Amino acid sequence: MGVWPYLAAGWILLVALYGLVTSRNLIHAVGCLAVAQSSTYVMLLAVGYRDHGTAPVFSDLRPGSRPLVDPVVQALALTDVVVGATVTALLLALTIQLRKRHGTVDPQALTGLRG
Amino acid sequence: MSSRTRLLLFGAAALVIAAFFAVACTEMPRSGGASHPYGDRAVAAALAHRTANVVSSVNFDVRAFDTLGEESILFGTVLGATLLLRLARDEHRRPAASERVLPTTRLLGTVLLPVALVVGVYVVAHGQLSPGGGFQGGVVLATALHFGYVAADYRVLERLRPLAVLDVADSLAAASFTAMGLACLAAGGAFLRNVLPLGTFNTITSGGTVPLFNAAVGVEVASGVIVLLAHFLDQAVEITGPGETKEER
Repeated sequence: MGVWPYLAAGWILLVALYGLVTSRNLIHAVGCLAVAQSSTYVMLLAVGYRDHGTAPVFSDLRPGSRPLVDPVVQALALTDVVVGATVTALLLALTIQLRKRHGTVDPQALTGLRG
Repeated sequence: MSSRTRLLLFGAAALVIAAFFAVACTEMPRSGGASHPYGDRAVAAALAHRTANVVSSVNFDVRAFDTLGEESILFGTVLGATLLLRLARDEHRRPAASERVLPTTRLLGTVLLPVALVVGVYVVAHGQLSPGGGFQGGVVLATALHFGYVAADYRVLERLRPLAVLDVADSLAAASFTAMGLACLAAGGAFLRNVLPLGTFNTITSGGTVPLFNAAVGVEVASGVIVLLAHFLDQAVEITGPGETKEER
């Protein structure tokens, strides 16, 4: 597949950054951050792919009978998903508090510091 | 900064990122190539430890220490969200009202709740054999409980989830991962070393310590996600701000 999967990952990252820059709603911005993180999943899986490879699970596969994709990056992608979910949860909790204390979720309307 | 300047600034930065990224990609080993030295070693290590799911072997055996960090992050998030979403001094908690549900929705939720629970336990228990494991199964288990909300209302969900018990279960499961690691240290001379008998390849008791770590993570993720969602749902359903009535929300 050459370099195309890597370029796709880069494209997803740029699209997410565009969303973050132009965002007028923090919940939308958190969604954009999740998209940015998903570009790393594409990158990891692209790095680990092997032509005509199958999943590295031997429950219905004789060891050595087929090429396998790289399990190390798949484990990293799992870690990535978990961290992404926790970051999203914390940011959404912060957004709820912002809405309560400042009455807005528009990042461009948040200019003053308030205790 | 006006939105036009912001966009121009982003456009310039994006062009630089895109150019350097594209050049870097052409220098990378091509995707789909045959050379995966770490992958080959991980597969060999999994087969040596009789763990059929190589990804589980990487997560809970070879890189178990990283997974300890990962589940600590999850635990920290649950703590952080509990702190951020606690009841403020000027807020009130109102008990949720009981609500009417369509009979078909009730039937769907009632049928799917036990099925989803069994699927969650299955996914956690077979993590060393087939795709799945503690993280994935834990999320399924946590979601399963919320069929109670779909099938009935928030009051039923509150009876289904004993939050005090789940808080303790979350902490105990997080601690048990470290405790098992220390037990491995005492028995085998290295933290989180796979010291248990490895069993027969491709059976549920295979993999040594992998199923135990999977179970600990499964309990932690399930209780952690339920507690996390409970705080968000409380904010939406039960907690009202100063001078605010429920109807206004």
